[in-house]
Amino acid sequence: MNFRLNEDQQQLQGTIARILAADRIQPRTRAVIDGKRAWDEVTWKELVEFGLTAIVVPEENGGMGMSLIELALCAEELGRSAAAVPFLGHALATIAIIEGGSEEQQARYLPGLASGELIGSVALTEGNDSWGPEDWRMKPEAGAVSGRKRNVPNGEIAQLLVVGLEGGQLGVVEVGGGGVEPELFEPLDLTRPICSLDFAGAKIDLLADGPTAALRTWDAALTLLSADAYGGSWRITEMARDYVQVREAFGAKLAEFQAIKHQMANVVVEVEPTRGLYWFAAYAFARIPEKATHAASLAKAQTAEVYDKVARMCTELHGGIGFTWEFDAHIWLKRAMFDLAWGGRPQRLFVRAAAETDW
Amino acid sequence: MDLSYSQENEDYRAKLQAFLKENWPLPESIGDLEARKEEFRRRATEAGYMMRSIPKEYGGSEQPLDFLKGEIIREEIKRHGAPTEVVHIGTGRVVPVLLEYGTPEQKAYWIPPTVRGEFMWCQGYSEPNAGSDLASLKTRAELVGDKWIINGQKIWSSGAHKYPYMVALIRTEPEDVAPRHKGISYFLLDLRQPGVEIRPIKQISGEPEFNEVFFTDAEAPLDAIVGDRGNGWNVSRMLLRYERAAFSGINWADSLIQRAVRTARSTMRNGRPAIEDPVVRADLARLQARAMAMRYSAYRDMSMEAVGEPSGDYMMLQKLYLTEFLLKLDDITRDLLSDDLMMLRPGDGADGLKGNAKWVDASLQSLKIRIAGGSSNIQRNIIGERVLGLPRDQVGVNARKNQEAAQ
Repeated sequence: MNFRLNEDQQQLQGTIARILAADRIQPRTRAVIDGKRAWDEVTWKELVEFGLTAIVVPEENGGMGMSLIELALCAEELGRSAAAVPFLGHALATIAIIEGGSEEQQARYLPGLASGELIGSVALTEGNDSWGPEDWRMKPEAGAVSGRKRNVPNGEIAQLLVVGLEGGQLGVVEVGGGGVEPELFEPLDLTRPICSLDFAGAKIDLLADGPTAALRTWDAALTLLSADAYGGSWRITEMARDYVQVREAFGAKLAEFQAIKHQMANVVVEVEPTRGLYWFAAYAFARIPEKATHAASLAKAQTAEVYDKVARMCTELHGGIGFTWEFDAHIWLKRAMFDLAWGGRPQRLFVRAAAETDW
Repeated sequence: MDLSYSQENEDYRAKLQAFLKENWPLPESIGDLEARKEEFRRRATEAGYMMRSIPKEYGGSEQPLDFLKGEIIREEIKRHGAPTEVVHIGTGRVVPVLLEYGTPEQKAYWIPPTVRGEFMWCQGYSEPNAGSDLASLKTRAELVGDKWIINGQKIWSSGAHKYPYMVALIRTEPEDVAPRHKGISYFLLDLRQPGVEIRPIKQISGEPEFNEVFFTDAEAPLDAIVGDRGNGWNVSRMLLRYERAAFSGINWADSLIQRAVRTARSTMRNGRPAIEDPVVRADLARLQARAMAMRYSAYRDMSMEAVGEPSGDYMMLQKLYLTEFLLKLDDITRDLLSDDLMMLRPGDGADGLKGNAKWVDASLQSLKIRIAGGSSNIQRNIIGERVLGLPRDQVGVNARKNQEAAQ
């Protein structure tokens, strides 16, 4: 028994961390924030070359056949860097097809997703707070779907959509086939823009094992968001740590005031232990499926709550500059708010986790 | 990552189960319950299930470090209802220090009876004017002939009224030695002598657990110091490391959640058990997330340490994280207790829920944990400085030092 990363995993995380180094990514993310680019295509291309989109895809379909553990390690680095790439939706569409697709469906969709030739996403929720498969009402009729989906990550650029249906079924819609129109509302997190999608008779291919895959995909979403939150929490913590050692007031560095030092210590104490949580959620997803729902729900709820709390605290530590558009802190603050809400608010997930116990 | 039990571990578990079946409960012919527990622990040590980190020559079972086996032992002993390993100051702190710093004579004299539970220990660190700022302690030992003569006062010594031995930090070098902690030595003392007066202090929980200990020309032999003279600060810091690494905190957290669940089952809210209330369920799940974070962070830390990889700063944070866990647990149980919170010993039936007295006590004890072993604010200083690299406080002695340096 051991609970450490092996050499391959360490190397994988190290490599993606170098691709996502702050001095490379921050200007690109800034260009997106300032509306100069819709999303960060340059970084996405580098990540595809690195193999990000192939990690969990089985080898027979052009992937590397690795587990959610490896993907979550990458999600941590993406969360740290705040790269404006369509990772979340793409990863979840891929996982949904791996978990629920027939052999033939996997062979049809996975190679394009693994190679990055296609961008995938997931269209799940309809009303507000409808993240559970039991909440979905969209119904396929004669092999086509109509209606509206919300909160689709990078929905306006996705070419392949995994759509949530009544009874927890899942189906694949190829956007090129027509009948899908995005409607954009100004999103809070500009690095992961979500939109609504209107389906009007779009052709849909029902996955062979939708209901099982829907729950697995939800658990994977929670795990990846939890990894993102852990990475993001550390990044904004480090920003605040650096700032308080430079900024002066009353003739001293902010860090020399014990109130500031203690606030920073409280942040770290909340953040660092959540790594164990997301690691275990990823491990459970890959190796102990019967514990995955419990672990993923707790991990996402706790880690996102911590991220939101520390992002606010660290923004506050920057004083007025932290409240400006020009300063980068709000990029992580808004990602924290996204992580809090997407996939289900913490209170709902804690209750979901409790249902998995003998209480 | 691999959290599964190997076949070797499963065999180990089966062997342990057989041992437990054979050795507990023991026949009454062995003696009263205490005697039977003692005999069980002796056998368990002999079989390699207790005192695992202590060499055989000193009465331990000298087993290689294996946190998974440690977990299996704790699990099975608990499931079987057998007596658990006694962890007290002696085995938890004095013995590790002796193993690291003691002379062969000191080890042979002190460790075996401590392991057997014959030598019981209290701790003499804090003084009335040296708590969080321990380095300002003033109790002194002077070398007179071949004896140390000790004068001063210790406080908050748990168990000093019933345990004969004290591990103490005492100043042996001149006061003007800088830095201040350089003049302190690590002593093992016998409290049963005329120069020692012990006065119990009643705690807020009503128990007389703490004591003041006064030294008036008390005596200690030359070899009462462990490690070099004046090196007591470093010796005692090794203890803090042991204390923070205490893995038992995690199992304790899990068992507290289980107990809180039981209380929520038997507590009625609006005619229904409180455990059915979604708010209560979510609050308990929040606690579980924190317990899980502690467990897997510790697993990670230990797995990395085992192969010599730097594991980062988690262990430095754990005490504060556990303290916050207890605070949040308190929030939940105090709400469940409702009126029973106003009684140090709630009654029974209409006069209170059986078992709630424990929670009232726990509510007070959780405050003690915030203070003992490095108060939470001191922990925050340490984390700020060592984990984040923030500057040291420039007040008091640190500020004076800086002023002197500037002159």
